[in-house]
Amino acid sequence: MRTICLYFQVHQPFRFRRYRFFDIGNDHYYYDDYSNESILQKVAQKSYLPANAIMLELILKHKGKFKLAFSISGIALEQFKLYAPEVLESFQKLAETGQVEFLSETYSHSLCALHGREEFERQVNAHRALIKEHFGQEPSVFRNTELIYSDEIGSMVARMGFKAMLTEGAKHVLGWKSPNFLYCNAINPKLKLLLKNYKLSDDIAFRFSNKGWHEYPLTAEKFVSWLNQIPEREEVINLFMDYETFGEHQWKESGIFDFLKAFPDSVFNNSSFSFSTPSEVAKKLQVVAAANVPNPISWADEERDLTAWLGNEMQQEAFHKLYSLEKKVYASGDKIIEQDYAYLQVSDHFYYMSTKFFSDGEVHSYFNPYASPYEAFINYMNILSDFEIRVNAGILSDTDDQVSRLSKIIKEKDEQLEKLEKRLADKKKPVIAKKAATSKPAATMPAIKKAAGTEPPIDIKKAPSKKKK
Amino acid sequence: MKVLMFGWEFPPHISGGLGTACYGLTRGMSTIPGMDILFVVPKAYGDEDQSRFRVIGAGDVPINIRSVRDQKYLKDLSHIEINSNLVPYTTPEEYEILVNKAENSGRRLVETTMGGKLNFTGTYGKNLYEEIANYAVVAGEIALTNDFDIIHAHDWLTYPAGIAAKRATGKPLVIHVHATDFDRSGGNVNPTVFEIEKTGMHLADKIIAVSNLTRNTVIEKYGIDPNKVHTVYNAVDPLHDHEKLQLKRGINDKVVTFLGRVTMQKGPEYFVMAAQKVLQKMDNVRFVMAGSGELLEKMIHWTAALGVSDRFHYTGFLKGDDVFRMFSISDVYVMPSVSEPFGISPLEAMQSNVPSIISYQSGVAEILKHAFKVDFWDVDAMADAIYGLLNYPALSTMFIKFGAQEVHDMKWENSGKKVLAIYKEFVQ
Repeated sequence: MRTICLYFQVHQPFRFRRYRFFDIGNDHYYYDDYSNESILQKVAQKSYLPANAIMLELILKHKGKFKLAFSISGIALEQFKLYAPEVLESFQKLAETGQVEFLSETYSHSLCALHGREEFERQVNAHRALIKEHFGQEPSVFRNTELIYSDEIGSMVARMGFKAMLTEGAKHVLGWKSPNFLYCNAINPKLKLLLKNYKLSDDIAFRFSNKGWHEYPLTAEKFVSWLNQIPEREEVINLFMDYETFGEHQWKESGIFDFLKAFPDSVFNNSSFSFSTPSEVAKKLQVVAAANVPNPISWADEERDLTAWLGNEMQQEAFHKLYSLEKKVYASGDKIIEQDYAYLQVSDHFYYMSTKFFSDGEVHSYFNPYASPYEAFINYMNILSDFEIRVNAGILSDTDDQVSRLSKIIKEKDEQLEKLEKRLADKKKPVIAKKAATSKPAATMPAIKKAAGTEPPIDIKKAPSKKKK
Repeated sequence: MKVLMFGWEFPPHISGGLGTACYGLTRGMSTIPGMDILFVVPKAYGDEDQSRFRVIGAGDVPINIRSVRDQKYLKDLSHIEINSNLVPYTTPEEYEILVNKAENSGRRLVETTMGGKLNFTGTYGKNLYEEIANYAVVAGEIALTNDFDIIHAHDWLTYPAGIAAKRATGKPLVIHVHATDFDRSGGNVNPTVFEIEKTGMHLADKIIAVSNLTRNTVIEKYGIDPNKVHTVYNAVDPLHDHEKLQLKRGINDKVVTFLGRVTMQKGPEYFVMAAQKVLQKMDNVRFVMAGSGELLEKMIHWTAALGVSDRFHYTGFLKGDDVFRMFSISDVYVMPSVSEPFGISPLEAMQSNVPSIISYQSGVAEILKHAFKVDFWDVDAMADAIYGLLNYPALSTMFIKFGAQEVHDMKWENSGKKVLAIYKEFVQ
């Protein structure tokens, strides 16, 4: 069986508003509602809605033979609900045909796979629940943010019960090997790997409307003729791209929608290829080898590495600062703080700080709301500073409660002591009171809190002595 | 190729960026084989760097009275009223009598020394127009007695000299616009200066502007044919070892520096406003205003009124090594210029590893990538950038790393080559 596997990524970030340092501690709303809404509606009109209409038409026309997969970030789904519910409905209609698979990813299109397992699982589970809720599917195939993958990440994904994962068919990983086979994770062979055929994918996603390209103009027939030139034994052509390719990255005027409409017909009429979803590919094909990916790869830029998000000092500082807050965020138990934490993780924020192509611009400047990576960084760090204050305040207020409770107990014991001393003094000669150490609540409180949490504070004299430990 | 250049100042005797730029460009051009440059200033001190070109003072050139009388080219320069009568050295009393006599007859006198030389201060004093006119007189004389292929005049003070030299010899004239009066005055131009600038631009064969910003001013405000105006960006010389001197910082506070003339053009008030915003949020920071100018007192009063005097320091005018000492204790450099044709100082700051915040209204913003750019009036953005640079260490790290490299790649040699390409349209 030779088959084509189509997967489209759907994602829109929650963009931040211009957040100045004097907003820190004063204003806790970070989002640019106007641009988020207007961009989403623009992309919906130009891309999602017309593309979904064509997909539905193609699925109905080819009766069970045309299939595809989407991965929609949780952030994008939230924005559909907020700003363009008709887009969500159109995806649901596609889901109802049974020909569309929805993949799993991190809720907020996050880079957390590079940070640690806990947050990653939290995010993936949250996204899984969201997909189940809206599309009635339990995803069994995972795609990580920007197709970021390594042996470690794959093994983590396998442990969470996924059967397959998508990543880039990066040349420096594959060497002479072809991406047109099914591979598996190097640590846990149970996890199948589908590798993007970047040449053919990028012909559509990046080069389609490029008049300087020697293959311009690209037609469905020409594309299928390329598929036919692929050696017989190669089994699967993974065409992975952003869904915004249709109508947004490649404008309607370029003929991209006509290409899409004609594509399945061309495939069925002129080739022996079929269409399969990622889980079908994982089920039907045999694994040919394990892919060794010790260092993370992605689908970005020539290098196919992480440098677009974590390539410079600013990105690294922001990343580490953000994830250093993880424990405190979840200790706060505050849902709004948790939500902001998720939104702060959106990979786009780090992408805006990239200095990689600062000199020649191009792809990185596309959709970038900032004039320079430096502006992006300052804005992000200002927001993160405010967020940190809130996170700490959340924990502090908790501490304050305990402090006041303990102060009350101390006060009661103090009074008791005073009474007893008075009684003693009445009976005997004056005695020197031993309560000096109880009068500095601020300094002693943390220690007392620790002590009080586990045992009832009975003897007042014990509290100050514990402080010294 | 032989070039006759006219400038108004030359290091080490400078009052601003003009002299530095002239020196840099001349040096850069002098590295090109076959370049022979004679640089004329009103007053030479003898300690100018002359390793690769000659520097002469107009005050050291004896004037041939007869030839000056015959110089027709001086007659058209009516706006500076050169209808000269040269008089030999006189006592002040005699001179005054002569002046009165000449004024009655509608003529102007030019006083020479005993050796037939003119006196120049080379400054921007109250006799500036007279000096400009006298400078043109000598320029004509120099043009007639020296061999050269092209004339190059830097800024309005020397345009009459350039014109005089062109009239005397018929050689092509290139004028170099480092600033216009629209920059200096904030739009409220001095009609005399404007007239001198406009005449220079119209009579020049080519005009070099230091940025596209300035080029546009030349085209739009002075009505010059765009094909005649070319942009050649300034550059900066690599630091000498003694300029890398580190001053020991006596305080733990961060230092944010403004360095430049304290005039409207440089936007010092926006610096104060931004500083005040930053001080509301953090207190371990000090602001330095290094420079002097007509707004200095106003700024001092204002910072006092805002209650931030204890965080504000005024150094007065800094030059030479003091500039680099100031940079060595600075964490951030701010250039909030309202109108800056180019702006070399951020490049100097970046060389000294000081991250820079510059206004979009500066020519240097057209070429710098690794400086933080804001609109001069956008005090919020300026304050935000200062705060970010002081509080998020990665930002400074990046700026210092990339900034030093970026400035390193801006060489006067490259500017010099571009100027040569313009010359070559006239001279082979």
